[in-house]
Amino acid sequence: MHHETPTLYGVLAEFGSADELVEACKRVKAAGYEKVEAYSPLPLPEVGHALGHTTKLSSLIFCGGMTGALTGFGMQTWISVIDYPVNIGGRPFFSWPSFIVITFEMTVLFSALTAVIGMIALNGLPQPYHPLFNSAAFERASRNRFFLCIEAADPRFDLAEAKKVLASTQPLLVEEVPH
Amino acid sequence: MQAAKDPAVQEHHALVGDRQDLPVIAPGHTLSSITDKITSIVLRRDTPLAWAASLAFASTGLFFLAISVAWLLAKGTGVWGINNEVGWGFAIINFVWWIGIGHAGTLISAILLLLNQQWRTSINRAAEAMTLFAVACAGMFPLLHVGRPWLAFWLFPIPNTMGVWPQFRSPLLWDVFAVSTYATVSALFWFTGLIPDLATLRDQAKHIWAKRAFGMLALGWRGAAQHWERYEVAYLILAGLSTPLVVSVHTVVSFDFAVSIVPGWHATILPPYFVAGAIYSGFAMVLTLMIPLRSVYGLKDFITDRHLNNMAKVMLATGLIVAYGYVMEAFYAWYSGAPYELAMINNRMFGDAWKSYWALILFNVLIPQLLWFRNVRLSPVMLFVISIVVNIGMWLERYVIVVTSLERDFMPSAWADYYPTKWDVMLYVGTVGFFFFAFFLFIRFLPVIAVFEMRTLVPARDPSAKKGVGATSSSTKEGAHP
Repeated sequence: MHHETPTLYGVLAEFGSADELVEACKRVKAAGYEKVEAYSPLPLPEVGHALGHTTKLSSLIFCGGMTGALTGFGMQTWISVIDYPVNIGGRPFFSWPSFIVITFEMTVLFSALTAVIGMIALNGLPQPYHPLFNSAAFERASRNRFFLCIEAADPRFDLAEAKKVLASTQPLLVEEVPH
Repeated sequence: MQAAKDPAVQEHHALVGDRQDLPVIAPGHTLSSITDKITSIVLRRDTPLAWAASLAFASTGLFFLAISVAWLLAKGTGVWGINNEVGWGFAIINFVWWIGIGHAGTLISAILLLLNQQWRTSINRAAEAMTLFAVACAGMFPLLHVGRPWLAFWLFPIPNTMGVWPQFRSPLLWDVFAVSTYATVSALFWFTGLIPDLATLRDQAKHIWAKRAFGMLALGWRGAAQHWERYEVAYLILAGLSTPLVVSVHTVVSFDFAVSIVPGWHATILPPYFVAGAIYSGFAMVLTLMIPLRSVYGLKDFITDRHLNNMAKVMLATGLIVAYGYVMEAFYAWYSGAPYELAMINNRMFGDAWKSYWALILFNVLIPQLLWFRNVRLSPVMLFVISIVVNIGMWLERYVIVVTSLERDFMPSAWADYYPTKWDVMLYVGTVGFFFFAFFLFIRFLPVIAVFEMRTLVPARDPSAKKGVGATSSSTKEGAHP
């Protein structure tokens, strides 16, 4: 790995619109950079596609939901059939239709917890410090501007080259972000 | 629309759909104007006097709540009007009323998201907050109704020294799971929706402590494309989970009644009729809250007449389903020929509680028919009045269902009258106070409209951005060490 400055996080470019950001993402990817991330004040699926982002979160949530279903149904069955069977109005001990409601609720509960905790954890949050917060311009990423960062950790990273590529995308601003 | 030739307005129409004559957001807004308008309600340094006065007024309700709960815990549930025959009374009426109100918030945030209804965007945040506070109020009642709330954990399957477990074949236990899951998922959904807006508040705040508080709550969100990708998946799946959940919650609430054999409760129509009633009362409460909110805070650009119109239409539709339920209750009684069912409907219509029954028909069925008129739907004052009427009507409905059926069931020897005491009333007023107290705090300290979702309604660009091609600078913050 080759760094111009060892404490550099990356080079950040600012754009005025989502279209310009998407265009810049494509160009930077085409230039061969891998460690690239875009930042926007609203979700932009096209940017994710341009950068080749994917997520396994939905499979994770499915597993969470199945765990909830098995836990809910298993708990009720074990308690009502094995641990302490009680005759309730002459119903069989394994009266499974009565167990469906709680099984459903547990499925939803586990899926929802997996969705939120999974999203937060996979995103590496909570993360109180991030090098990008050193940039004053970056405060606009949550308001009205769009950002693209080539990270110094990229194997191809070269400060002058990275600046040149970003400058060629017609940004409003290009700046170095320290660690 | 006379400004239709303006390209910005045309683009606006292309984004939000111009088939509707009423826009979901006033034309001319940009990413920054939306951000500033909504965050300024939270970030303004001076506290509006009207807000402080409203909070103080609501906090008197909080005072009633504290006193009535303290007295209840000191003396037991005997201070309430419940007796051997009518064991449910105000506690269950209010529980069902509050949880029903909560359901509109979930409907707006989840079901309308899945149906791709853009008009949900400016009202979902406040409606979800309403859900959370309403569920908190609802939860208090069964908790206090058990008599010894400090033992309420017995409701959960927690291993204990007695070696016994809850009874999983009872709808009352299903309710414990349904309501606690609903409260948890509503809170998760609400917080997830808030994360990007908390980051905006962190970046917009000037005061160091506001910056720190919002910074901690925002978890370090920075709007990375990879984060948004996972965020959108999580948010969509939460919506998909909340949709059947909200239906299941009020279905299970109706099972508390329908699985019994009490006349007037033991009917298969109860689940759909309860779910429709819940949404009906919930939309009424959303209108009760939104109409003053948008006036006082000048949010008519975002919560437009389109929103009021659509919410009124949802109320009209669900109100008609509820009316169908009332008709079917009477029809069942007549068609079944069962003497107890006939006596029940006769007692409801012409017995001691006839005034409540006909008042609820007036409030829930007759008066809301005004919503057929477009002029009524576009009149905030009329809508506000109708929303209050429906709130009262839906409370009366639960009163009639709970009390009249228990007062007069099978044997005359088991008949009794129910009169609420001042403690019943005070506790109810207390929860209303708590609800508004929490809602006023929410208005002041969190964005009442989902800022990042509103941004999706305008062109994704900053019109004021000036090109400084390839400009290089290092505008590093003070105190940062390169």
